[in-house]
Amino acid sequence: MRRLAILLAALAIGLTVSDARAETLIAAMSSHQIQITSNYTGSQLTVFGLVERDGRTVARGDPYDIIVTVRGPRRMLLVREKERLGPIWINRTQRRFPDNPVFLHVASNRPIAEMMSNETAQRERIGLANAERPAGTWVDLDPGARRFRDSLVRIMQAKDLYGYEERGVTFLSSALFSAPVDIPATAPTGSYTVDIVLYSGGVPLARQQTNFEVIKSGIEQRLASGAYDWAVLYGLATVLLALFLGWGASVIFRRD
Amino acid sequence: MQIYLPIAELPISVLMVLGLSGAVGFISGLFGVGGGFLLTPLLIFLDIPPAVAVATVAAQVAGSSMTGVLTYLRRRALDLKLGSVLVSGGILGTVLGVLFFNTMKRLGQLELVITLSYVTLFSIIGGLMLYDALRAMLRVRAGKPARLKRRGGMHPWWMGLPFRVRFYRSGLYCSVIPIALLAVIIGFIGAVLGVGGGFILVPGLIYFFRIPPAVVVGTSLFQILVTMTGATLLHAVTNQSVDIVLAVLLLVGGVIGAQFGGRAARNLNVESFRLLLALLILSVGLRFAIELFIPPSEPFSVVLPESSR
Repeated sequence: MRRLAILLAALAIGLTVSDARAETLIAAMSSHQIQITSNYTGSQLTVFGLVERDGRTVARGDPYDIIVTVRGPRRMLLVREKERLGPIWINRTQRRFPDNPVFLHVASNRPIAEMMSNETAQRERIGLANAERPAGTWVDLDPGARRFRDSLVRIMQAKDLYGYEERGVTFLSSALFSAPVDIPATAPTGSYTVDIVLYSGGVPLARQQTNFEVIKSGIEQRLASGAYDWAVLYGLATVLLALFLGWGASVIFRRD
Repeated sequence: MQIYLPIAELPISVLMVLGLSGAVGFISGLFGVGGGFLLTPLLIFLDIPPAVAVATVAAQVAGSSMTGVLTYLRRRALDLKLGSVLVSGGILGTVLGVLFFNTMKRLGQLELVITLSYVTLFSIIGGLMLYDALRAMLRVRAGKPARLKRRGGMHPWWMGLPFRVRFYRSGLYCSVIPIALLAVIIGFIGAVLGVGGGFILVPGLIYFFRIPPAVVVGTSLFQILVTMTGATLLHAVTNQSVDIVLAVLLLVGGVIGAQFGGRAARNLNVESFRLLLALLILSVGLRFAIELFIPPSEPFSVVLPESSR
């Protein structure tokens, strides 16, 4: 009984203390769904957020920093390396990344290096290189694994599927911020998570998570699901269409 | 104007696809080849996933060869009997090719096999065709007929093997064994490389069996029509990688291009176009050779997962 009382007292103190200190982070997406239609060429969403403080919130010596991390659906990715074999170059070694987001974009209001130390960024998994860092530290990984992961990030960046905007978050006032998220047309369909973290002086103060999804709609959706659900009919329809167009051309262009 | 492809899962410029397929269709109509050997690498180069490119090109080739088959049928330049022998051999070859394809895929060396095959096959065939075209041009320049006349009584030994059959329309009396063997090899190569194989079949029939070129083109197109129709269905049912929107775009460009190609074949100097086709095939081979021999600027590559809707 006494133990419980102490526990309750401790909890009460803890709650009031945290109540007096912490900021609250409120976040909203401009849209929770991107629909792929036949004229789809990519899309843009905006993350809006508010750092809420009240009279009891302590004053901060350091400015607020916001880091937004957008992760797409997770899939198995394969990274291959070409090596020399005699006179020719062929894929020899490969490494699997079994549960890796196909889309990963990080945005911050100023360069992450100015916000926190490299070690903190690694520990907190902040930034493009750290966001999907496997458990443990880099030291634990063999240099090969690191080389492959670096290459993965580099190649995905070239495809616009990964990216880092060091000034992608804009503070509209001292507490209100926004961050545009560009979704290229090649970004996969599925659900995306958006993690927003509030930092001050390299210390995380509040977190918030929201999400959105990319789906095919209309004719795109019907064709794609038709190809899977009625594969035989879909194949027959394609072949008949192809033969019909071929026949049509020979009728239209017939001269003799 | 961009249109989003539902299976390939990316937007593509309509005009670019129409222009590309039109140009390939022109070549296809001109030489009686399917054009898949050009279209498939071009689509892969445009970031279309390789599986989608191979499967969709099969549909396109089926459609455009349909036009050609109807045209040659009307002109009575199609040997259905010879075509049937080629189709049956081709089916056997396709089955063997698919088995080989899956084995290499399991061993992780499919890409190497495809690249090496493109390099050797295209260099040999392109080289042979270039030699032949240049020789023909030189003969024309010297005032002699472009082609050597067929000499009666001089038959290669393989035509005299057992099971001789008379193919009236081709003016051929020959054993079915070497013809079926050629069809098996072409079906095999076609399945492994994702091409129709017309660019091997046409010179094969002309050089090994001395069938008149006019009949060869129609008959080759017939064989391509049947195998590519089957391939499209197989791809659609087994791996759902046929993109119907891309197929229609490729077809519209392809059939129109093929019409102009077909007319050009009748009106223009075919000898110089043979030279061009030889150079074209050689350059495709060279492009793959560069990939193989030049140190890559980016040795790493990322294989994105196949679409899972």
